[in-house]
Amino acid sequence: MKKLALFFLMVLATAGLYAQTKNDLPNVTIKDLAGKDVNIATLSNDGKPFVITFWATWCGPCVKEHNALSDVYDDWKEETGVKIFAVSIDDSRSTAKIKPFVEGKGWEFDVLLDTNKELARAMNVNNPPFTFLFDGNGKMVYQHSGYLEGSEDDLYKEILKIAK
Amino acid sequence: MKRLVLLSAMLMVVLAVRAQSFIENAQINGSFQTDAQVYMEDDGIGITSESIDGKKFAVNGFGKVAYAYGNFSAGIRFEAFQPPLNGFREELKGAGLANFYASHDNGFIGITVGDFYDQFGNGLIFRTYEEWSLGMDNSLRGVRTVFRPIDGVILKGVYGRQRYYWAPYRDRDMTISDERGLVRGVDGEWDINQSIQSLNDAKFRVSIGGSFVSKQQEDQSMFYYIPKNVGSFAGRINLGYGRFTFSTEYAYKINDPSAINNYIYKEGQALLASLSYSQKGLGIVLQVKRIDNMSFKSMYTAQENDLDINFIPPINYTHTHSLPSMYTYSTQPNGEMGAQFQINYTIPKGTPLGGKYGTKLALNFSQVNDIIRDSINDNGMMVLNMPGTDGYKSSFFEASGHKFYRDINFEIDKKINKSWHVNAQYINLFYDMATIEGHVGMPDVEANIVALEATYKINTKNSLRLELQGLWEKINKNSDVDESEKKDYLKRGDWAFALLEYTFASRWFVSVADKYNYGNPFSEYRDHYYTGSIGFVKDATRVTLSAGRQSEGVVCVGGVCRVVPASSGFTLTVSTSF
Repeated sequence: MKKLALFFLMVLATAGLYAQTKNDLPNVTIKDLAGKDVNIATLSNDGKPFVITFWATWCGPCVKEHNALSDVYDDWKEETGVKIFAVSIDDSRSTAKIKPFVEGKGWEFDVLLDTNKELARAMNVNNPPFTFLFDGNGKMVYQHSGYLEGSEDDLYKEILKIAK
Repeated sequence: MKRLVLLSAMLMVVLAVRAQSFIENAQINGSFQTDAQVYMEDDGIGITSESIDGKKFAVNGFGKVAYAYGNFSAGIRFEAFQPPLNGFREELKGAGLANFYASHDNGFIGITVGDFYDQFGNGLIFRTYEEWSLGMDNSLRGVRTVFRPIDGVILKGVYGRQRYYWAPYRDRDMTISDERGLVRGVDGEWDINQSIQSLNDAKFRVSIGGSFVSKQQEDQSMFYYIPKNVGSFAGRINLGYGRFTFSTEYAYKINDPSAINNYIYKEGQALLASLSYSQKGLGIVLQVKRIDNMSFKSMYTAQENDLDINFIPPINYTHTHSLPSMYTYSTQPNGEMGAQFQINYTIPKGTPLGGKYGTKLALNFSQVNDIIRDSINDNGMMVLNMPGTDGYKSSFFEASGHKFYRDINFEIDKKINKSWHVNAQYINLFYDMATIEGHVGMPDVEANIVALEATYKINTKNSLRLELQGLWEKINKNSDVDESEKKDYLKRGDWAFALLEYTFASRWFVSVADKYNYGNPFSEYRDHYYTGSIGFVKDATRVTLSAGRQSEGVVCVGGVCRVVPASSGFTLTVSTSF
């Protein structure tokens, strides 16, 4: 079994060396706050960059990060046209609470629900918060694990690099 | 022979060309995490060489790689627990390929073969998932199909056997190694607004769903008749009207005697319902639930969280601060009835109380009680919860006076200016330790907790954060406690907690913290649990090293909990993805 695993790993690692990614968005369908299906592979922002963040109501640093992003979101949108998709990985204990939570905090992100962490697994999010930045073609250009004070400034620098 | 070689060579070239496109346009990604601990003896908190049982070093690690090409994807996950960290199940010890799958999904029909995760509705009768921090993985090995005939309609089918740590279902000689049952399920969901174009953006939204799940098991019990098939079904509905949302799910399970429910033959029921209202700056939600005999495992002898087929969501608040999270509620699958109410409100920017950035307020109330159990007549005898009988009768709309948990908390979060951010939370907690942690006879925890946090941003790259918390309990240093029950009082009484963290270059952080059980009824337990940590974060990589003492506690994710024993030593965590 171990040999088989090793073999698989090697094959995939080799393939990885040659992989030229065109679009880094996985073919996973989750729901938005209205219950509509959203296929992540089709996410876009009219050729402008967009951000996907992973968060949970029970994760302190996640809430801090999104409060910080919420404070600057209007300025960012105005300056770069960037859009933020905030993916909640809360399980069914909190599904009903997400919408009131998000609206109560005054967050204006496009919130998506990844109730059984299907998207988080596909995007290799080990622990929230986790942030990805995509360019207008859906190519991933930056990712960041965790939230420290000032992380949002680093993200904005990356956004400015690719915003036209 | 030459021709054969030539043919093979040509074939190889053709394959290589094809393979190249299969590789060049593919997405390859993966991730890796290692959690390692070095344990040391520490007389101060009672950790001796016996209590660590010779375990000086432990490591949990995983690496996974996934490949995707168009509609096709495949992946593997390798795990190692050599040996598992303290507090994780010893059955995890070992290493190997824990998960592999291949999947094809063109949007109309999808099929997955291998180890997979899925959930029907809220998970009341089916949810497979994996939670690394708990050492929990109940994935199904088998086949999953998804069918989307029209917009808004999803039909799913699952079939397989669950992962049970490293135990193979069949041994090498093909004999069956345990009584693990076969799990089969179907689920359908119809979002009416999505299906009917004219209703796409209607104010009124409706979706309905239903599922059926069964386990097929072998009867190997000498004492009880174990049903060969246990079926369960669930139905759900979601209604939305403008700013209001109502959703509910009901589940029913036929008789399913098991070690968890004391081998009674009663049916199981679960009900979840929630009503919410939200507008910008205000969110209100009310939730209720009732659970009666709903433990559903694919092996009737399984204990704790092993081989759970379903997931019963707790509906109380999840605390993030260190002191209140010592007393986290975990779901009681044999019966509970609860309610939760939460308000989130932001005082608008530019008002006297809102200031420049607005002020965020949150109020939460939750309570969970036991259900009522009345004795039943079994062949002329009145019995209550006796193995081999129907167990008990329970009135559906009534809760027992026995309270498991109650939490009232209030939080203020305020960004004062570009440099200062403050947060304060008050919590009033009731926790039935005897039931939740299984310490029979322990008095309840009735505590008041205050948590304060202040962040000072020195400049864009450097900041300081201070946390202060206090927990004051009914049981404290003045309580008269019998010496013979001493060991159950390890974490009881009053606590104080302080943490100071410095973040620099927005990449590095160092922190020192102390948790002090100054009000324990036993003077030997009035210990300091101090820790120091240093960490580094860059892009998708995170490295943290901490040293010090860890107090006994409970780590919970989604109501599923793991007890972490007290320890002393070093912890290293490395996590990265690509």
